[in-house]
Amino acid sequence: MADYGKALPQPTPETQEFWDGTKAGELRLQRCNECSHVYFPPRPFCPKCASRSVAWFKASGHGRLFSYVINHRPAPGFQNEAPYAIAVVELDEGPRMMTNLVDVEQTPEALPIDMPLEVTFENVTEEISLPKFRPAAGGAQ
Amino acid sequence: MKPGSVAIVGAAETTQMGVIPDMSVIQLHADAALNAMADAGLKPSDIDGVATAGQSPTDIAHYLGITPTWADGTSVGGCSFMLHVRHAAAAINEGLASTILITHGESGRSRVGAGGFGGGRASLAGQFEAPYGPSGPPSMFTIPVLRYMQDTGLTHEQLAMVAVVQREWAGMNPRATFHDPITVEDVMNSRMIAYPFHLLECCLVTDGGGALILTSADRAKDFPTKPVYVIGTGESVETPMISQMADFTRSRAFQVSGKKAFDEAGISHSDVDHLMIYDAFAHLPIYGLEDLGFVGRGEAGAFIAEGNTRPGGKLPLNTNGGGLSYMHSGMYGMYALQESVRQMRGTAPAQVPGAKISIAHGVGGMFAASGTIIMSNERP
Repeated sequence: MADYGKALPQPTPETQEFWDGTKAGELRLQRCNECSHVYFPPRPFCPKCASRSVAWFKASGHGRLFSYVINHRPAPGFQNEAPYAIAVVELDEGPRMMTNLVDVEQTPEALPIDMPLEVTFENVTEEISLPKFRPAAGGAQ
Repeated sequence: MKPGSVAIVGAAETTQMGVIPDMSVIQLHADAALNAMADAGLKPSDIDGVATAGQSPTDIAHYLGITPTWADGTSVGGCSFMLHVRHAAAAINEGLASTILITHGESGRSRVGAGGFGGGRASLAGQFEAPYGPSGPPSMFTIPVLRYMQDTGLTHEQLAMVAVVQREWAGMNPRATFHDPITVEDVMNSRMIAYPFHLLECCLVTDGGGALILTSADRAKDFPTKPVYVIGTGESVETPMISQMADFTRSRAFQVSGKKAFDEAGISHSDVDHLMIYDAFAHLPIYGLEDLGFVGRGEAGAFIAEGNTRPGGKLPLNTNGGGLSYMHSGMYGMYALQESVRQMRGTAPAQVPGAKISIAHGVGGMFAASGTIIMSNERP
């Protein structure tokens, strides 16, 4: 782990709960207590209605493959994986997030748009676990 | 600035002051902004202009949930906010925006979430995009396109046709980097960069520069060249993160900027003789044609493939060859403006006969920002 050569996130006070969640094996999102809007990335207020009354909750971890590219020009640390997919998953709760796809071939044929996905967590350092997504065990939810 | 024509109606500082280790830079901006909006009795949806320094106005607008029609990132040091006030006054007088938010936030002591250009590891993009291996615009700007193809039926061949048609224009431009005609097969057989994008669907990387000089319309007749009048302008910003675009098949910044420019100019689409759409990648003219309203949803791929934008077509587009074949130094918008000016002066290498109105539409970042300038060689 000490030689993890890829870009690493640096949590801020507003995002620490998210990264604490991934470390604990949970995908945590925020919901507005006033207008019920669920949003990502984290911030301590609702970007829809500006209320500061918001709460964290554990998301289902399920979503669908919303869009992606298959990158042939690897970023630092990704040399041994190219070509690899950089994907956006749309979570069942609504928000979208960038991710990588695991346990699946990184080809257009293996990655149909809208395929059901589920979260898994990759412990990349002592502090950071990255949420990644794999084909959902039960198929479509 | 017209004396007394603009007032400050909201003002506040951050909730805490001094040492604030529990807030990152962007949250300091937001905390002060939320307080100022509360002071004025306003919500983010009431704000239509954003100015800030240090941080990009895109970052602030997206974080707070604001859709601006005016953005100012003038960043000249500690007096930047005085300049923003001045610019805001001018903008309000000019009708570019009605309610402008100017923010400042800096974790000067605690250094929480403080970074250089691009935000660093603590920025939202640094936390929630960079770890997944994007390597610059070719693997970022392109991410929405498979969703666009799924939803609209755009084909790989139609995407390739964007590059083919622009090479036709480049063939008429002696200063273009590439001149030789290409086919859809040439594009599809060029090296894969980031599926579904091949090399020839990505812009060039070249050197170059450009400059413009503007003056009042009344003075313009005293200059030696044919005046080119600015008759409509638009701008907006959306999100610093491609993964957080509201709609992967439309650019909100394109739509807002384009509508503002058309409204200002008071023209309709059929009045437009010439069009430039910043083409960092082949999908941008497709999004641009639809988001500016020239064609309907999902129609742009076929519109280009059928020849409407090629030499002799009814809507000449990217007549210098574009970023795909003419040049792209990094911030190509200047070159789109230059080509619109040439077309309005009647001096373009691939001149559109009798053209009277031209639009230069630009993108900033990766669907992060947009600006639209409508020009005419006739004074309205």
